Amino acid sequence: MSGVGSGYDLSVTTFSPEGRVFQVEYAGKATDNGVPCVGVCCKDGAILAVEKPEETKMMLPQSNRRIFTVSRHCGMAVPGKLPDGRQIVSRAHQEAEQYKRFYGETIPTKVLCDRLANFCHVFSLYWSLRPLGSAALTASFDDQGPHIYLSETNGVSYRYYGIAVGKGRQGIKTELERLKLGEMTTREALKVVCKCLMRQRDESSNKKYEIELAWISEETGREFQRVPEDLAKQTVEDAKKEIEQEDSDSDMEA
Amino acid sequence: MIPHCQLPSHIATGPHVSPFVSSPSHAGRAEDLHVPSSGSSAPFSVAPSADHAEASAGAEPRKHTTYPYVTGNSVLAIKYKDGVLMAADMLGAYGSTKRYKSVQRILRVNDTTIVGASGEISDFQYISNLLDELMTQDFCYDDGCTMTPKEVHAYLCRVMYNRRNKMDPLWNSLVVAGVDKTSGSFVGSVGMLGTSYTDSHVATSFGNHLSRPLFREFQRDDMSLEEAVSLMQEALRVLFYRDKTSINKYVLAKVESSGVAISKPFALDTKWDLKAFVNPSKHAVGSW
Repeated sequence: MSGVGSGYDLSVTTFSPEGRVFQVEYAGKATDNGVPCVGVCCKDGAILAVEKPEETKMMLPQSNRRIFTVSRHCGMAVPGKLPDGRQIVSRAHQEAEQYKRFYGETIPTKVLCDRLANFCHVFSLYWSLRPLGSAALTASFDDQGPHIYLSETNGVSYRYYGIAVGKGRQGIKTELERLKLGEMTTREALKVVCKCLMRQRDESSNKKYEIELAWISEETGREFQRVPEDLAKQTVEDAKKEIEQEDSDSDMEA
Repeated sequence: MIPHCQLPSHIATGPHVSPFVSSPSHAGRAEDLHVPSSGSSAPFSVAPSADHAEASAGAEPRKHTTYPYVTGNSVLAIKYKDGVLMAADMLGAYGSTKRYKSVQRILRVNDTTIVGASGEISDFQYISNLLDELMTQDFCYDDGCTMTPKEVHAYLCRVMYNRRNKMDPLWNSLVVAGVDKTSGSFVGSVGMLGTSYTDSHVATSFGNHLSRPLFREFQRDDMSLEEAVSLMQEALRVLFYRDKTSINKYVLAKVESSGVAISKPFALDTKWDLKAFVNPSKHAVGSW
């Protein structure tokens, strides 16, 4: 208990004198330091992309999923702590199914994401609970068109043109801001998103990584699907080549 | 409490009933109820309480669905060389009234499975919702495989049997048909009580008596699509001539390994100018 302002971070039920709830902020850091996830909304659909480091050489590729399908028209990527994220996904399943059963229509994305934000928020209200170390990056396509929502662990949920969470999110966000996403098709944006992710990688780490891609668009019949394996592979290769090309170009100029 | 205003014990004396009474000792739960504390202590008993009557006076036990209202009739399904064929008419009958004439009773479940239903239409709509939910779950697993017709059949068996155990059956006979990549064509049936079987050909309700004899004689698992369609048409025609709750408007569905195709509604050629039909009472002396 030394110094002013310390000792207020022991519980989610305690405010600091400045009106902050430290535990919730710490929980947010779990997503901020986790794998980078990007969601963008394009002209005809939306894309989710996650860059995952190879945890061990013995792990089979594509066995540590971070993008999940919630219902036919909606899927989500989970940054941060994966088990916490799965809790959110399974809640999303329930909400989507229950809404459909009750109202006979697919759940509007706004309703779903608000409910998920509420679900996350509940964990920051009781001393006996721990806030979730994850968030829900939702991509969907409903009557109102394509959507990207981010429902965070502190209980807020906003809709975005494009958003990044996890490591290197600031850099990715500024890159996304430069793009005219609203004029691109999902197919065009796929490579651009990969490039954004790759550029923000820590050059010093030689760890292998894998990019998980999923999309929903008119092309997929408004169904949430992971990008076909060969296309995803090709896109990543192309993005890698283009980045190398650009780098050598700028070297020549210098 | 006002002494000269003593009320009989079975009349409620709670504060919400009588403005005169406010003694806290009488605010107990038992006195809030319109039930005599014991039968003999009541000075005058006008009528037994409602729930007492239900227990003793032989009220009807609780009943669930005891008969269907809007019903569909026969569904037929046969295997052929490349897949399966299913047919049903489009009637939703209200008793013997041909009430709804555009009811599709064949449902595409996924790329490999279709389900046809006879019996209560609303129960079939409920089953359709169940299957839709099941397929959405299957889609969400995102594991690159979908449910096979055999699995759908087993699922529906459980649903129907579970509901009959609750004494609240779904009033349907279902036919599940489809193609499985590993084990080939599948045709199976589930009854209202959860009874089930699989065969090379299956029919429900009247079809059991009128179509299956034809199938037994003419259906082969290696018959061509054309042969299968003409056999099916013949079976439908036989049914239409003899089954009064059927209409000449059918839907034909086929499943092959390439996917599901359900036809537009169509009618069959029928021939009614047979001699026996001209004077129907001629050979039925004694009737009208």
